[in-house]
Amino acid sequence: MSAFIQEHGLLFGWLTVIGQILLFTVVLLLSLAFLLLMDRKVWAAVMMRKGPNVVGPFGLLQSFADFGKFLLKEIIIPAGANKTVFLLAPILSLTLAFAAWAVIPVAPGWVVADLNVGILYLFAVSSLGVYGIIMGGWASNSKYPFLGSLRSAAQMVSYEVSIGLIIITVILLVGSMNLSEIANNQSGGFWTWHLFSFNNILLFPVMVVVFVMFFISALAETNRPPFDLPEAESELVAGYQVEYSSTPYLLFMIGEYLNIVLMCSMMTLLFLGGWHGPIPFGEEFVSNFPVWMVNLGHLAWFMAKTVFFFFLFALVKAVVPRYRYDQLMRLGWKIFLPTSLAAVFLVAGYVVYAGVQA
Amino acid sequence: MADSAYISSSDDDRKFTLNFGPQHPAAHGVLRMIMDLDGEVVERIDSHVGLLHRGTEKLLEYKTYLQGLPYFDRLDYVAPMNQEHAWCLAIERMLGLEVPRRASFIRVLYSEIGRILSHMLNITTQAMDCGALAPITWGFEEREVLIGFYERASGSRMHSAYFRPGGVHQDLPPDLLDDIMHFCSRFPDAIAHIEGLITENRIFKQRNVDIGVVDEKMIMEWGFSGVMVRGSGLAWDLRRSQPYEIYDEIPGDVFKVVVGNNGDNYDRYVCRMEEMLISCDIMKWCIENMPEGEVLLAGSKVSPPRRGDMKRSMEALIHHFKLYTEGFHVPEGEVYACVEAPKGEFGVYLVSDGTNRPYRAKIRAPGYPHLAAMDHLCKGHMLADVSAILGSLDIVFGEIDR
Repeated sequence: MSAFIQEHGLLFGWLTVIGQILLFTVVLLLSLAFLLLMDRKVWAAVMMRKGPNVVGPFGLLQSFADFGKFLLKEIIIPAGANKTVFLLAPILSLTLAFAAWAVIPVAPGWVVADLNVGILYLFAVSSLGVYGIIMGGWASNSKYPFLGSLRSAAQMVSYEVSIGLIIITVILLVGSMNLSEIANNQSGGFWTWHLFSFNNILLFPVMVVVFVMFFISALAETNRPPFDLPEAESELVAGYQVEYSSTPYLLFMIGEYLNIVLMCSMMTLLFLGGWHGPIPFGEEFVSNFPVWMVNLGHLAWFMAKTVFFFFLFALVKAVVPRYRYDQLMRLGWKIFLPTSLAAVFLVAGYVVYAGVQA
Repeated sequence: MADSAYISSSDDDRKFTLNFGPQHPAAHGVLRMIMDLDGEVVERIDSHVGLLHRGTEKLLEYKTYLQGLPYFDRLDYVAPMNQEHAWCLAIERMLGLEVPRRASFIRVLYSEIGRILSHMLNITTQAMDCGALAPITWGFEEREVLIGFYERASGSRMHSAYFRPGGVHQDLPPDLLDDIMHFCSRFPDAIAHIEGLITENRIFKQRNVDIGVVDEKMIMEWGFSGVMVRGSGLAWDLRRSQPYEIYDEIPGDVFKVVVGNNGDNYDRYVCRMEEMLISCDIMKWCIENMPEGEVLLAGSKVSPPRRGDMKRSMEALIHHFKLYTEGFHVPEGEVYACVEAPKGEFGVYLVSDGTNRPYRAKIRAPGYPHLAAMDHLCKGHMLADVSAILGSLDIVFGEIDR
């Protein structure tokens, strides 16, 4: 970014950066509207319902209708609530969810901030996300939200540990924390994707296990079923969101789904080759094309993979029951933590002794 | 929490009192529970009932016996005809009436439909209480068909008022038996679908195995019945131990009493699953052996005269008028009649003073003692288990609050 500003002069550089951010945000929000619809449609299909199908063709405009409804409703703040924190919580959730997206490259060079510690930044920002929930639950001054936020604090922290260790395995393989480089490390077709790692065939079983653990931890990290304890309907009604209505609720909701999509894109970048297609061909053919055109193709691959993961998320939500609090903790600390730690050792050993060209 | 004034100043800061319901999504109606929690562990549960109290028992004292009948649909509204059955049995015993054979078969057929209706709702809501939201719509797909059978027999999907003292209201329409038979032949597949999603699901098992264990001592002390007993390995089924209607004629390979092993949530779930399949077999047997004939005692004082007779006979017309205004008189005495309703022993204790209205009708709802044991069952479990246990008790507030 700073290089960009130096190149184009202060004013023009800044304006371009702001333009980029705006474009990214708008595209992200628009995709989110349809992903939300997809989530509901998948869920409905599993339940043998039709799902939203009234607003627009196939219910395509449902999310926009909901958006309008949330904006127009009255914001109710409970009498005993700490008003500042109560309203700050959803804003924090949303802001952090957006902020994390800054380092996600959706195509070569198409990234708002190409940090060299991108993945560390991502990890840090997504860890902060728990604050929104804790603040929301605490400030509501109500018991169900309070219990919900306590649960989420413990849950998100626990699963971050294993997510962190899993990320370390990828960093070891790539030798860089820059997300673009991580993606480029998997450019040689699907056999070089970290999920399969056929070019380091000994690592294949490790990486598959690691990926599955990452997927499950991502479910827990984003409070999706079977780990939706902070908002467990049959126990805590809606958990930390109980007292929220209208726009603050909408902000929570957008933040939550942004985090889910973020996790999907993280899985895409870390394990499924990012924007690279499964078979590298036609590079000669497209070499004469303008960069933006090639990048659109990359973007399409990136989005397809992300949407695929989102589909898996939606499917999981539809079919699984919910863990109990202690079972969730047991899974996180007694199974995932040792396994991911072992994976780090195995990968590190492999990198050192078998030699991976970083 | 936000304001320190809201925190009680007791010594033990971990204690937490939570008001669960009556508008809680997992409260199965209008249950309110005051829970004392230590962290997430339940220390005490105080169940409050009465939010759906409609005074059914008192109302029954002011209605004729026939007018009282529809109130029973509104008790356990998940399986209405099973309740009507107990009321009809009580009246028939007082009057010493013998029900026509075909009516007996139809009653058993519809009692088993009621059992499937109730169990289907219960297992899917139990799954929902554990967080699996999909099975309930799958279950409702089948319930919808069964409710359709209710409608075709009685004209009403829910509050059918189909069983009458002396038989059932009307004979079944043509083709209905064939359609029920067709349903029975494909129903096991529908069960298999739901089973495939939850029975062997590891999370579902973790949430239910060894949760809410009921032992024999508890059953005796708290007056459990139905699946709550059978889940613990005791083969107690009123259809077998005190047969009514034609249950004693059903061969043993058709009507098996399902029992569990451990008496936990999971065993009760499995029992209900199996019982639905057995109900399905009983329905098939009933249809195959269904005799022809009357469905309501002809020429008795509890049943209306034929329409044709009313056009020609003055006595018939008077009888019709008297039956639907004054009702019939029941000889002085008292009787307890019970049926194996889906949720357990549903009984009616009827006291008659010889008039056309009951002197007292006490309803024994199976859910009531089950709910009463909530505190006992949940102590030491976690908050999430409370809703799982509640789901496996099969609570319907229509019958508990009456």
